[in-house]
Amino acid sequence: MFITLKRIFKLGWQNFSRDGGIAAATCFIMVMAILLASFLFLSKDVSQFLISSIQEKADISIYFKNSTLEEEILNLEKELTKIPEVKSIKYVSKEEALEEFIKRHKDSPGLMESLEEVGGNPFLAVLNIKAFEASQYQAVVNFLQGPGFENLIEKVDYYQRKPIIERIFALTVGMKKAGWIISVVLAIIAILVTFNTIRLAILNQKEEIKIQRLVGASNWFIRGPFLVQGMISGFFAVLISFLIFSFICWFLSPKIEFLFSDLNIWKFFTGNFFTIILIQLSTGILLGIISSTIAIRRYLKV
Amino acid sequence: MIKFQDITKIYPSSSSSPTVALENVSFEIKPNEFVSIAGRSGAGKTTLLRLLLAEEKPTRGRIFFDDKDLSKIKSSQLPQIRRKIGAVFQDYKLLPSKTVYENVTYVMEVIGASDEEIKRDAPQVLEIVGLEERVQNFPAELSAGERQRVAIARALVHRPEVILADEPTGNLDPYNALDIIRLLLKIHTLGTTVILATHNKEIINSLGKRVITLEKGRVIRDEEKGRFIL
Repeated sequence: MFITLKRIFKLGWQNFSRDGGIAAATCFIMVMAILLASFLFLSKDVSQFLISSIQEKADISIYFKNSTLEEEILNLEKELTKIPEVKSIKYVSKEEALEEFIKRHKDSPGLMESLEEVGGNPFLAVLNIKAFEASQYQAVVNFLQGPGFENLIEKVDYYQRKPIIERIFALTVGMKKAGWIISVVLAIIAILVTFNTIRLAILNQKEEIKIQRLVGASNWFIRGPFLVQGMISGFFAVLISFLIFSFICWFLSPKIEFLFSDLNIWKFFTGNFFTIILIQLSTGILLGIISSTIAIRRYLKV
Repeated sequence: MIKFQDITKIYPSSSSSPTVALENVSFEIKPNEFVSIAGRSGAGKTTLLRLLLAEEKPTRGRIFFDDKDLSKIKSSQLPQIRRKIGAVFQDYKLLPSKTVYENVTYVMEVIGASDEEIKRDAPQVLEIVGLEERVQNFPAELSAGERQRVAIARALVHRPEVILADEPTGNLDPYNALDIIRLLLKIHTLGTTVILATHNKEIINSLGKRVITLEKGRVIRDEEKGRFIL
């Protein structure tokens, strides 16, 4: 048993090292497939980040009357947090709203002058509410339209913002769907291309497989070296892809971070180091083994 | 040891009428026999050997090897049978990506021989066929005669019960041909059954052993100490 296994590995390595061009072509195609799998994994996280950062932009604001006490607002905030659809609530007091306005517009004298003309603090206290999904805002608004609140609330800007909120959510749902479809299509293409490359490589060995059968080799003794060869190709492909992938992440990370300030793919790469290695190893080695097994099957019927 | 019972082999053809390669062929070969299968090209010699190696199945009839019915044997059991046979093919069937040495040792590796046995026997057999200088060459780098001799070395290195030789002298000059026949006779005296298919009249006549003569797929003569008569 051990001696057979040893021979299978020896023959597999021999095939790999003697095949030269074909081995290199197989490796190259596998590198493509593995890189694709790695980028799909990366893009899943990046698109999640983009989707949630777009969703962050969707919210509704409740403006409170001047007469409403802060205590009442905070009580309402507590009530609102109990609604399961609510994702987050942020309270901005009258004073904070004024400070924010001054900070933002201190360089535009026109606006500052008109603020002085109005006198005092013209801003209203606000609760900014974010829900998990677009459809859930209606539930929040329904709650606010209940009895006891009309004395406190000046206005809710939901109806003004409704179309844009719905568009944002529709866009993110579309992005997720498109991401899935693209991933599946690309993965299928990668698998088919790799499978066909390996199939063509084995087609060259058709006559050799037949001879091996005729001199009494068992199917495993014939198949084994091809699987080992597939595994070795997969292993080298993983090694190459890993280097390329880490270089790309390292190189692009500062540029992407410049565009999206919270998106650091190098950090993502180091944080998911072992998952990435696992994805690459399993893609490479499984693709090699499965493709070889399927491709070789038909030639063993002698 | 080997029994052909009413064997018929028909190759279907889509364009013309089917080819009948063998028709109602029956004979028996006992252990340690040296049998020549004689006949013109296309008489069915190669088909007969292919059936014995279970490379193909007969259309009708049964073939027994060591009491096992080859027409009913499972694909997974074929290697066991084939390891008992050493075959020299007309077209050599050497493994093109392996060197001479590896071609010969491959068969020993297949049967699970130890590394020591391989190191001891393979060089010896290569020396017998006179290829000790060519061990590191690939089949494509050899002459036809040298390839033939590699094929013979491969067929006998694992000491099979039977050697099937399909035109083993076909590509050799008379001197080399004689060497090969002497080699087969020597192996036979050591206790191996030899089945030699050839259309070489001189060889068959010089052997003085059993001859089964085929013509158009039928056995027309089966004689102990036979001669090549067609």
